[in-house]
Amino acid sequence: MKFEGKQKVEPGIPLASLPDIVFLLLIFFMVSSVFKEFSGLPVTLPNARKIEKLQGKRDVAYMWVNKGGQISVDDRIVPVSSVSGMMLAKARDPQHPLKLVSMKIDQNTEMGVVNDVQEQLRESDAPGALNVNYSAKPVF
Amino acid sequence: MLVEKKKRRDQEIPMASLADIAFLLLIFFLVTTTIDVDRGIGLTLPAKGEQTEVRSKNIANLLINAQGEAAIDGDPVPLNEINRVIREKITQNENLIVSVKTDRLTKYETYVEVLDELKVANATRISIAEPER
Repeated sequence: MKFEGKQKVEPGIPLASLPDIVFLLLIFFMVSSVFKEFSGLPVTLPNARKIEKLQGKRDVAYMWVNKGGQISVDDRIVPVSSVSGMMLAKARDPQHPLKLVSMKIDQNTEMGVVNDVQEQLRESDAPGALNVNYSAKPVF
Repeated sequence: MLVEKKKRRDQEIPMASLADIAFLLLIFFLVTTTIDVDRGIGLTLPAKGEQTEVRSKNIANLLINAQGEAAIDGDPVPLNEINRVIREKITQNENLIVSVKTDRLTKYETYVEVLDELKVANATRISIAEPER
């Protein structure tokens, strides 16, 4: 009686589809990479443990405060007194009304400046300007 | 006389290096992509002119001085103990409002650290008082 030997399957990864896979990944990264819109001011953010993610980037106003007390909104250095007016203008934007203010404040800033900014936010009387998010780096 | 015809070359783009080129581009994008997610501590400021009377027993006064030292209701507390103290106070009184007051010279870093401690202690009612001028 003759036994048929097991047919040997040639081991090997099919490489024909490799370029396709790589292109797929490439396109994914090209689409998902964002080029920064604003650079703001150079700041060192403080650390925090219990932090939350920001939802919806469109309706967020970004504000930078460096340790010298300079304030930057949308890449422009503004005096503290004009913050409330700017926030009000943003809140009245019909397409993307302001919902949140993201504050990127240097860890060595004095609280006096921060409080002045917060007073301005309260002054603006826009509901969205009252939601603030103090940007922080996560620590584990 | 025999005229040799010009040999037709195969007109094709070499495909063998395609994968290498794609890999190179892929690595470039992998390196340059920064997936930056904004993260931080959320807080809602009180609206202008909004004043509510709160019974003083429902308030815990948290003061931070210019040197970065904290005190709760007058007792000095190390920063990393705030979380425990506030947690205790909340279990005693659910309606507790933590009122954070800073000096104008307090560092923002300390302020965020205190807010973080309060968030860790699950204090949801946080009030920011104006510093004295």
